[in-house]
Amino acid sequence: MDNDRVDHIIDKHQCEPSSLIQVLLEIQSENKWLPKEALERVSERLQVPFTRIQHIATFYKAFSLVPKGRHGIHICMGTACHVRGATRVLDTVESLTGIKPGETDLNMNFSLETVNCLGCCALGPVMEIDGKTHGKMSPAQTADVLKNYE
Amino acid sequence: MSEIFLQIDGKEVKARAGMTVLEAARSAGISIPTLCYHEKLEPFGGCRLCIVEAEVRGWTKLVVSCVYPVEKNLIVRTRSEKVDRIRKMIIELLMAHAPDAFELLDLAKEYGADRDRFEKEASFCIHCGLCVRYCAEVKKKNAVGFVDRGIRKEISFIPEIAAKECWNCKECFPLCPTSALQAAFVLTKALISHPPSFESGSEC
Repeated sequence: MDNDRVDHIIDKHQCEPSSLIQVLLEIQSENKWLPKEALERVSERLQVPFTRIQHIATFYKAFSLVPKGRHGIHICMGTACHVRGATRVLDTVESLTGIKPGETDLNMNFSLETVNCLGCCALGPVMEIDGKTHGKMSPAQTADVLKNYE
Repeated sequence: MSEIFLQIDGKEVKARAGMTVLEAARSAGISIPTLCYHEKLEPFGGCRLCIVEAEVRGWTKLVVSCVYPVEKNLIVRTRSEKVDRIRKMIIELLMAHAPDAFELLDLAKEYGADRDRFEKEASFCIHCGLCVRYCAEVKKKNAVGFVDRGIRKEISFIPEIAAKECWNCKECFPLCPTSALQAAFVLTKALISHPPSFESGSEC
């Protein structure tokens, strides 16, 4: 992510130190992660100490300090999904992509995360890819869905 | 400047408006144990060890004295059975992190805390924030800060700032209530794992 994009986002918030989290969220959603150079730029422009930015960026799960893949896969591990076989869905995704939860594959295709509940338990087991919800997944269906995202 | 009279451990104490209960107690020579308090820094309320019983209009509640402002006719009890029990528990929990810290060992003796009550997770840091806050508020360098949260929370130095500022300061080391070595260890780790290539002023 180049400095111009970061500057543009900071300008939108009038260099207001209290908008720090909003600025970080916008960088995160545009770039999928927060590079150190971008954070240093934010620290410099908003006049917020780097330690504070680091504290916030590591505190919230919404922020990532490591590069993420093009597609974000979230697999629900909540109770309802769990009893309906979320573990098998997760196993299928793990073996197809070759990554474990919290990891990103070498081609930067996928990042895999497990979540505790997506709030649509009737659809369990639920898998969410790039914000799109895929419900009532079986291992076979999981493989079909994943093929669309290569 | 308005003066407020309150009662601490049965003693009439005079305090200024805006003072905390802890400051009022100390000015009257009543000692309350603390780990995260430092007179030059803003109150933090992190260690909870300065917990006391405060009675307002007949209602008793437990408050943390380092962040609780004095008020008129407040009755404070710094050593009740309940307060002692809570402090003992806090010390035992902190000792899971820093079992051999001298300050904690002394407190454990006073409150009868069992050093080995909880399984050890010796990280040596009790998150008092003294080093972090001292660096930010007094030295204004912000070389050290907290990262992560919950059980993974720890202190971390920013290598670029640390390489320039810390070598000649190190004022946070003696502040550490568990051991001066913890901050030193994390600082050394920060400087070694990311060698500052072109910064001047570091001799390592």
